[in-house]
Amino acid sequence: MSDAKRGTDTPLIKITQLYKVFGKNPDKVMPAVREGQSKDKILADTGHTVGLKDINLEIHKGEIYVIMGLSGSGKSTMIRHFNRLIDPTEGQILVEGTDVMKLSEKELQEFRRHKMSMVFQRFGLMPHYTVLENVAYGLKIQGIEKAQRREKALYWLETVGLKGYEEQYPSQLSGGQQQRVGLARALCTDAEILLMDEAFSALDPLIRSEMQDQLIELQEKLHKTIIFITHDLDEALRLGDRIAILKDGELVQEGEPADILLHPATDYVEAFVKDVNRARALTVETVMKPRVCRIDAATIGEALAQMKKLPEDFAYYVNDDGYQGVVEQEALEEAALNHADQQLEGDLVQDVPGISPDSLLEEVIPDTLDTEYPLPVIDKEGDLQGALSRSNLAEVLGDSSGKSAA
Amino acid sequence: MAEESWLTEFPKMDRADLVAIRKYLDAAYRDFSREYGDTIESLFDPLLTMLIWFEKLLLNSPWWAVLIGIAGLCYLASRSWKLVAGVVISMLAIGYFGMWDNTMRTLSIITVCTLLSIAIGIPIGIAMARSDKVRAFVTPMLDIMQTMPAFVYLIPVVMLLGIGRIPGVIAVVVYAIPPVIRLTNLGIRLVDKEVLEAATAFGASPSQRLYGVQLPLAMPTIMAGINQTIMMALAMVVVASMIGVKGLGQPVLKSITNQYFTLGLLNGLAIVALAIIFDRASQAYAKRTQKHLGGDHHV
Repeated sequence: MSDAKRGTDTPLIKITQLYKVFGKNPDKVMPAVREGQSKDKILADTGHTVGLKDINLEIHKGEIYVIMGLSGSGKSTMIRHFNRLIDPTEGQILVEGTDVMKLSEKELQEFRRHKMSMVFQRFGLMPHYTVLENVAYGLKIQGIEKAQRREKALYWLETVGLKGYEEQYPSQLSGGQQQRVGLARALCTDAEILLMDEAFSALDPLIRSEMQDQLIELQEKLHKTIIFITHDLDEALRLGDRIAILKDGELVQEGEPADILLHPATDYVEAFVKDVNRARALTVETVMKPRVCRIDAATIGEALAQMKKLPEDFAYYVNDDGYQGVVEQEALEEAALNHADQQLEGDLVQDVPGISPDSLLEEVIPDTLDTEYPLPVIDKEGDLQGALSRSNLAEVLGDSSGKSAA
Repeated sequence: MAEESWLTEFPKMDRADLVAIRKYLDAAYRDFSREYGDTIESLFDPLLTMLIWFEKLLLNSPWWAVLIGIAGLCYLASRSWKLVAGVVISMLAIGYFGMWDNTMRTLSIITVCTLLSIAIGIPIGIAMARSDKVRAFVTPMLDIMQTMPAFVYLIPVVMLLGIGRIPGVIAVVVYAIPPVIRLTNLGIRLVDKEVLEAATAFGASPSQRLYGVQLPLAMPTIMAGINQTIMMALAMVVVASMIGVKGLGQPVLKSITNQYFTLGLLNGLAIVALAIIFDRASQAYAKRTQKHLGGDHHV
């Protein structure tokens, strides 16, 4: 596993200038596509459908990369290019520096067996195999012997929580259980890259969020590189380390979830983002003010001196042990009259609880309402990272267009 | 006058030309069959040997041994005692009415024809499913085979190979093979695209896809095709008897020419009994092996 130590700067997967045109003679239509003629015009003129247009993207090791778009946006076509279930009309696909397009039929088979595995929207399970045989399918294809196959399949089946279902057939399981089998089958080959094509879209909302939790939990342990396709922005925001938004075969925006929510690049993305429950999608870190009034003096006198330079009439007191609490200018001035050289402690430092930068906004709303000061944001080491004020929050949650936020 | 006649009369070929063409083709084919008849006949020798061996096996074994064998096979296929009881009763009735030997002959030729149809038909069906070009070529051939009156394609076969078992087998196979080809093609084409895609995504080779996914999933449809093939083969028994195939068809043929109503009816019923046995046993087998594909769904 020496790969694991490779720097994250070199992308694991790199796609450059990828085009896909469906039709009888795609090459003839390519000049028009490259010229930038619209999908509709090309369809009307030539009868060819533009599936993907000038896609460039880089996916790094260990991240969950979500490709999202509505139906017809080309996202399912896109994911099938990674393992060449669909061949592009033009463009380059590099996986760990290997040009996937140059692989021979045999090499491609090996590549699919060991490098990537896939989870399908409607599960794609073999109805004539038992659950266990399904999970072991990838290994069977590789020619691994039965006992070894069985052992490994049992392990993954247990990991996804389906122990005891080994001898059932897929048709005897519920949708959620079937997709767990699909997930176990994909994990069983130990492939580094996991392609998930709308893997949870066919499931009930409750089961879907359960599966999302499970995926996140698994990912924390396994650190796979996951390419996840979805039409559901909430799902994209929840799972994605980075999100790419496709529209009519074009990549309209790519970025971190908060980035997409707060700075939609086009009207299309903006319309999408509008309906998202931001309180549930954004973390404190993405909306807090990083620059805050802090005091690190030891005595009351010094503290007052620092305080006077600050724009606000309160500050967060931080010492060697990290964040301690909030001090007010008024109280400091009163105390400084008599005890300017005393330690800053006791009643002077008000105990205002900090919040974690990773919390969702939704979780901290009650706290912001209870406190008159902006809430200090404290990281795991106890250091002050920033502060989240009520007005901060109101701005982000209230202004649905997001343009003026942050 | 001659110029106008095509308006009232269909402009047809000169009678002398037509005769010349017929004569030419007939002569050419006759020469061909004289030249190569023996060679081609010898190609079919292994088939003939198998046919005769199987017929002798059924005829020379004691009737009760054959009966036990058939009942055993039916039980293995269906796991149903009810079916086995029905089979035993109808076979006993056939024997009691003196049709045992003819039934065995028919049974042997039907079995051989069915096996042959499966052995030839399934690969053709697979090829058809894999390539649209092959399908475009094979489909009209199948249409011809199914609609062309059997006697028409029997003429060249009989000219080439004479009368007897082999031309009979060819006639039966030509007539009976289309369903297994068509339904193999259909079954493979109907296999869930996503399942096949999943196999491909996990790196399955074309043969792993075929044997691991496509054929098993197409099996219910293929079995329906085999079932149809058996039924059509049985329907050809009487026609085949016209070119010297022994069996239940010959008494039927005799009954037609001599107006023996009862003889015809009895032999006809024996054919029906064979058909029902084949049908029920093969369907029960298909159903039993494909059980997990169907419902039985719980949440």
